Amino acid sequence: MSAPEVELLDNELDADLRATVRSFLAERCDPAEVVKAYDGDSSLTPVLWKGIAGELGLAGLLIPESYGGAGATAREAAVVLEELGRSVAPVPFLTSAVVATSVLLTGPTEAGADLLAGLASGERTAALVVPLPATTAQPLAPVETEIRSVAGALEADTLLVPVATPDGLEVRAVPADQATVAPVSSLDMTRRLADVTLDPSAGEVVVAAEHGADGVRSGLLAGAALMASEQVGVAQWCLTTTVDYLKVRRQFGRIVGGYQALKHRLADLYTSVEGAGAAARHAAGALALGDAEEAEIATHVAAAYCGDLAVTAAEEAVQLHGGIGMTWEHPAHLYLKRAKADQIAYGLPGLHRDRLGSLVDI
Amino acid sequence: MTPEEIRGRVEEFLAEHPVATTEPSAFLHARYRAGLAWVAFPEGEGGLGVSRALQPLVNDLFEAAGAPDNNPRRNGIGLGMAAPTILAYGTPEQKARFLEPLWCGDEIWCQLFSEPGAGSDLAGLATRAVLDGDEWVVNGQKVWTSGAHNADFAILVARTDPDVPKHRGLTYFLCDMHDPGVEVRPLRQITGEAEFNEVFLTDVRIPDAHRLGAVGQGWEVANATLNNERVAIGGAAMPREGGMLGVVAESWREHPDNHTPELRDRLLRLWVESEVARLTGARLRQKLAVGQPGPEGSAMKLTFAKINQQLTGLDLELRGEEGLRYEDGEGWTMVRPEHVDFAGRDAVYRYLRAKGNSIEGGTSEILRNIVAERVLGLPGEHRVDKDVAWKEIPR
Repeated sequence: MSAPEVELLDNELDADLRATVRSFLAERCDPAEVVKAYDGDSSLTPVLWKGIAGELGLAGLLIPESYGGAGATAREAAVVLEELGRSVAPVPFLTSAVVATSVLLTGPTEAGADLLAGLASGERTAALVVPLPATTAQPLAPVETEIRSVAGALEADTLLVPVATPDGLEVRAVPADQATVAPVSSLDMTRRLADVTLDPSAGEVVVAAEHGADGVRSGLLAGAALMASEQVGVAQWCLTTTVDYLKVRRQFGRIVGGYQALKHRLADLYTSVEGAGAAARHAAGALALGDAEEAEIATHVAAAYCGDLAVTAAEEAVQLHGGIGMTWEHPAHLYLKRAKADQIAYGLPGLHRDRLGSLVDI
Repeated sequence: MTPEEIRGRVEEFLAEHPVATTEPSAFLHARYRAGLAWVAFPEGEGGLGVSRALQPLVNDLFEAAGAPDNNPRRNGIGLGMAAPTILAYGTPEQKARFLEPLWCGDEIWCQLFSEPGAGSDLAGLATRAVLDGDEWVVNGQKVWTSGAHNADFAILVARTDPDVPKHRGLTYFLCDMHDPGVEVRPLRQITGEAEFNEVFLTDVRIPDAHRLGAVGQGWEVANATLNNERVAIGGAAMPREGGMLGVVAESWREHPDNHTPELRDRLLRLWVESEVARLTGARLRQKLAVGQPGPEGSAMKLTFAKINQQLTGLDLELRGEEGLRYEDGEGWTMVRPEHVDFAGRDAVYRYLRAKGNSIEGGTSEILRNIVAERVLGLPGEHRVDKDVAWKEIPR
């Protein structure tokens, strides 16, 4: 089996993009503000999203210029997601600018094209209405239905709903104000879930039946592929922060980072985080190259590896920080909650391994 | 030099030295002198001073022409470790004397580094070299020497000054394995065979002209050798599902009756980890191409050892009763093989031999120290012997 050579390092444009997003988040996404979402104050989200989507123009990264987007690729989106992960930024970039956008791009109707233009400008925000762990479409009948644990719905003005029709699965756009979107107290409040109740017939068709199934499938696959980069960002923060802490924390008159039991755990974590970085970038690169089977293999590899790795990194961060890692005040818990929720989102690692197995004859 | 230019050089060479009518050894020497041996080496030393990236093309062109090769597997230590070290630290006379017969396979090399009392703590080694006129007289015992029974020369590190701290009293030599004071004894391993040897050195005389680097510079020179070794073990480019994963994936496909969901998930976990390691290696090579080398190679070797051990263990389970039989070659009968050959051996051999992967070329524990200290910048281990004269260290 041969795999195409993907550029696995930042090129100059990637590095510029990364620096822009990182400095924006350093200024506007303070962990002390992020944690407020757990105490009922989600006011950071709209401000931050307006900045990222509008000021930085990143909402339209994956949207071709013909629809008013930036015409970039999954590679650039991966760079953005690494940085968003590193700050556990509570914005709907993954759900709107990656998943919902990828659903629409498969074959938008005229209404779908208008929606893409709105997404590209940052004026509109969309969410695919499926439970966050879903990896396949769960088409609805055109009657009022409740869909539990939907990510990105609270921030969206437009809800994309897969609907069963005699011709196949079509995707309809239901205005959020015609649905009931009930917030859930979620494990990860930086990507808060909602229970959505709506009648799909209220919406107009944005992806017709001939493309609908493909659209939902490619949207969820793009979600899994690029969430791996978010997981890399989460894991990198956990590793860096833990190493920095262990270089200053003293017990028994010694810097605790000098104890071999801890050094070896961090060496192993470093090795895995490096691997995750290569796997996630490879998945994004394969998606950008557009070879369907190759992208699918690369996605399952990245999702299976990065999903577990980010959890390990966050759990190690909590343990190796000792008591302070268990406190509300220290941001480690924000990363633990994001990592654990991400591990379940868009398919468990074991499910990705199973799908990989059927693609590689195992 | 472009690939087209070097292709032209090879074609020109092949026209002047037809494979069919040139005696193999003469062919290899002529190839060396034409600079088409290791092309990244300088002109006059078997190379053209061009990019290392051109080497695979040159090898392919010679192979396609049916040219004789220098049997590289038989001289892995010579080609992979001795040669780059001699190139970096050798005098013009040493390079002229040693590199050509090394590359052509006329002289086989082995490595006399580790000792019974100096494994991970290589710098603590005790083999003594004492100057007598213009010769060094060497006494001591070395161990884990692969291929010593076939070797003509060895790269050797010995203690020349016991009165200074351990890292400063070492010197690097090129030792003639045919000296009457060299005794090689097979060291039988858990595979049943003796790939390695113990080497006893008794009043071995080495001319000062075969000292590599300055007296007392041995640690620095030895590290150049060891860095090449770690790159050689963990850093090779590989196709997807290549290497040990490919072997074990084939076992899975050939034993459908033994399939269970648990074995499948474990194999898929290792499939994912092998692919991630492959991509990490590819990224490391992309990094090296733009010139940012570092100690990250140690992390690659750690991963390689772990995956290889898990894969070879799983392979026995996938094979069911077949995994209980050790029948290739002569089974447990003691033999002295010419080289390590994982893919061509049976699964029991691979399982047992892979146990060495986390020991040879730096134990996984030492490599974790290296990653923690040199990559992550965590504090170093306590070194009670660092500033003490070697002879004062308890042992």
